[in-house]
Order: sequence, then C-alpha cells, then structure tokens
Amino acid sequence: MEIHKTSWLMGLLVTVLFIYLLAPVILVFPISFSGDEVLRFPPTSWSLRWYEALFDNRDMLRAFWTSLTLAFVVTILSLVIGIPAAWVIVRMEFKGRDLLFNVFTAPLLLPTIVLGLAILIVFASFGLLATMRGLVLAHLVVSLPYALRILAVSLATQDRSCEEAALTLGAKPLSVFFRVTLPMLSSGIVAAAALCFLVSFDEVVITLFLTGPRISTLPVELYDYVYNTADPMVAAASVLLILLTLGVILVVERAMGLGRAFVK
Amino acid sequence: MTTAIALTRSRRRFSDHQVAIALLLPIALINVVGFMLPIFNLARFSFNRATTGGGIENVLTLENWTGLLRDPFYLELILNSIWISLGVTLCALVLSYPIALYLHRSSGTWRTFLTVLVISPLLTSAVVRTYGWIAILSDEGPVVGAIKSVGLTPPPLMFNINGVFIGLTEILMPYMILALMAGFGRLDPKVEEAARTLGATPWQCFRRVILPLTAPGIALGCLLCFVLAVSSFITPKLMGGGRVFLLATEIYDQAIVTLNWPLASTLSILVLIIFGAALVAYSAVLKRLD
Repeated sequence: MEIHKTSWLMGLLVTVLFIYLLAPVILVFPISFSGDEVLRFPPTSWSLRWYEALFDNRDMLRAFWTSLTLAFVVTILSLVIGIPAAWVIVRMEFKGRDLLFNVFTAPLLLPTIVLGLAILIVFASFGLLATMRGLVLAHLVVSLPYALRILAVSLATQDRSCEEAALTLGAKPLSVFFRVTLPMLSSGIVAAAALCFLVSFDEVVITLFLTGPRISTLPVELYDYVYNTADPMVAAASVLLILLTLGVILVVERAMGLGRAFVK
Repeated sequence: MTTAIALTRSRRRFSDHQVAIALLLPIALINVVGFMLPIFNLARFSFNRATTGGGIENVLTLENWTGLLRDPFYLELILNSIWISLGVTLCALVLSYPIALYLHRSSGTWRTFLTVLVISPLLTSAVVRTYGWIAILSDEGPVVGAIKSVGLTPPPLMFNINGVFIGLTEILMPYMILALMAGFGRLDPKVEEAARTLGATPWQCFRRVILPLTAPGIALGCLLCFVLAVSSFITPKLMGGGRVFLLATEIYDQAIVTLNWPLASTLSILVLIIFGAALVAYSAVLKRLD
C-alpha cells in the first residue's frame, strides 16, 4: 500500500472517498429539478414543479417561518447570555472556574435523543410542550455551550494591551468593555452567532419531542414528510437549506476561519 | 483581571463575587432547568412504574431494568445497536483515514477548500443527508440502476439494515476525519522520510511509523463515532422503514407512540451507561498507548 503525497493511487482513492462523502448532498440538486411524479434518478424529465409544490405547501411555509423566528431569537439570546458568561469565566479568577465551564458545556456530551426525552418529561409538567417558549428554552440548552466555547476561546486569545491602555488613560471599565473588548471580540461573536443560528435552525431530534400540530419547525416538518412520502419536493427544500447553510459557513469562514471554529 | 477589578471598584456597592454571580445567573438557570433537572428526573423515572394508558406510578422499583434484561427482544435490540455501531465505526475509520492523511499533507488554499468540503456535510441537516441517501439507494436510484445495467440483481438496499449502515457511515465520517486530523499533529513528514531513507518499505513505514503516531487520533475518532452511532435516530428511523430496531428509535417509539416514559427513560439511561463504558475503554486504550 503506497501512501505518499505524490502517489496517484492515493489521489484516486481520496477522490472516490470524497464522492461517497458528498454524494447525498450533491444528488439532491439534480433531483430537485425533476419533472417526475416519484423519486427517481436520473429523472426522465426536468421542471420546477417541486419548487412550486414547496412554495404552495402551507405547512412547510409556516414551519419555515417558525424555524427562522426561533433561530433568530435563540441566536440573540445565546449571545446576550453567552458573552457575559464567557467574560466572567475567562477574565475573573475564582475557584471552580474550569468545573463551571465543563458543567455549562456538558449538554453537548449528551445524545440528543436522551436530552430530548429528558426535556419532554420535564417540560410536560411545566406546560411548555408545543410552545415557542419551550422551543426557545430547549434550543438554548444546546446552542449556549457552542456560543460559550467559541467566545471563551476568542476572549482567551485576545490581546489585552488595548484594554489596559484604555484603562490607564482613564476610560471607565464599562466603556472599556463596550468600546474595546466587545469590538475586538467581533469575529468570535459572528462565528458564535452563525453557529448558534445553524444549531437552532437544523435541530431536529430534541425538537421532535416538543412539537405538535400547533407548532412545528422546518426540519421536523421535513422529517415527517420524508417518513411518509420521499418525493422530490424534499429535494427542493433540501437545496434551499443547503444554500442557506453554505451562506452561513461563508460568514464563519470570513469571520474566524472554519478550522479554528470547529477543530479546537 | 484589571478590567474585572476596576469594573467592580467603580461601583462599590457590588463585590467582584456578586457581579460574577449576576452575569452567570442566566446561563446557570438554563443549565439547571433544561439539563440538570431533566437528566436527574430521567434517572428517577427509570425506577418508576408505567401504568396502562400512559400513567406513571411514583414507586421505587427495579422492574424496568429486570424486565429489559429478561426480554429477548430488548436483549437483541441492545446487542444489535452495539454491533452495528461498532461496524459503522470501523467502516468510518477505514474510509476516513486516507482523507485525513491527505488533508494533513496538503496545504494552503487547497487544504482550506477540502476542509470546507469535509465540514459542510456536518452542518447540513441530518434529514437532508438521509433523504439524499434514500434517493441514492431507492429502487429507482442510481446504484440499483447501475447494478441492473450490468445484469446483476441488486441486493435490497432500502428499508433494511444495509441502507442504515451505508448512510450512517457516511454521516459520521466528517466527525471521524476531524478527530483524526486533530490527532495527526504529531505526524512529522521528516520522521516518515527518515524511515524511508533507512530502508523501510512503504508498508513498513505505514505500519511501524505512521500508524503508531496517529493512534491517539484513531482512538478519539472511534470513541466519537461509536457514541454518535449508538444514539443516532434520524437515519435508522427514516432509512430503516420501521423494520430496523435500534436503541434510539425504540426510545422515541416508547416515549411518543407507546407513551411508556419509564421504559423510555430506562433505555436512555442504558445509552448513557454504554457511553460511560466507551469512555472507560477509550481511556484504557490511551493509557496503553502511552
């Protein structure tokens, strides 16, 4: 087995593996333009009928707006709650700082199927099932750890000399925070916001436990739809979702580099 | 620290401590209400008794646990979940290793581009990717079509374990690749070169130099993939067509369809126990590697 940078065999192997990795995401593009009645590849004719069907589907549209509103609210709240928390954990010295950070990011370690069930049982007794408030709270449980982690990394690697200079020159601490610390944190904030938005917008397992006929999100609505009929309309919705995701990825890449946001 | 001290000095009414508590209060509240309380409650529920019609009797009993171990359906379900997860993890490792190695050796814009390609499926909804696999593996899809055009009978790919296996492996690969790359930091190209100049064959070089150096990354990736496979829900549910029973799908069915919350809780705690066992195995492997 020759594994070397220059080996064409290695290049071929990696190309095949990349095709496998990306096949499901790429294939939905041609399928979304299918003119067929059922899911078939390659399609026998082409049309925009499934996009029309998608935009005529009232349940999907309503779920899309719910998801969008939900993701916006969750993103804003994650930042408002996450920035002060990250600041305290990174900048103040007190006992149990690491423990606290681990506790706050612990929800990420749990499988969503377990967390979803656990939240369902508790929210049922609080009357939070199938309500916007309940969905916001549940999504915050999983979005806040991401926000906290990214913001803490950004704060910890921030150059402190500007803050110190501002303080020495007599700026009030609060205005130092708002006029020096926060602007210098902007790339971390953008990355955290983008990730929180995606986490909330794509969340499906936990949400599945908490939604009902009264309120539903786009991923849950799509899940239900695929479970019953996997026709090309889902491909049209998938294409729009993928484009939205790509847009958000570009924002993160611009703001801080994908590698830094995900690998560390 | 300077900012922290100064911030509190300017308002002498509050101490450092009080400011910290006030700023941490919202995140702590959400953590308690949305995480700690639910998990504690879940553990308690696994010792409660389910009554007919979805009721719950608040008694302390081991019935759920003993019932689980006596019922052959559940024993098979648990073993099935573990075996499939191990298989998926192994496949994901074999398929991800060359990609990770290639990425580790590339540089510049090309590397960034490929990294984005690896991460983008990760950020695409699991429902979308599973739907993509349904499209690929369905009877009217490209794979079945290709096999038929060669004149062979295609094996059943959808609504059984084959489809779930293929789809799940692909869905978990990005996690494996990222974990492997994180562990590849110790792999210095100079070490490989040294081995080759000293006369090692490519296979020897891989087996005796590259593999041992990348072992911690392999261990981390396997832990991550196994844990995600055991708890995966969307892919088995949508691609299994109600014929593939795994832990996560059973938790959902018991919670939503049968409304047996104590049993669903017991299965959930079981998933967490399997997680714990995987972690123990992982740290044992890491110790041996050192």
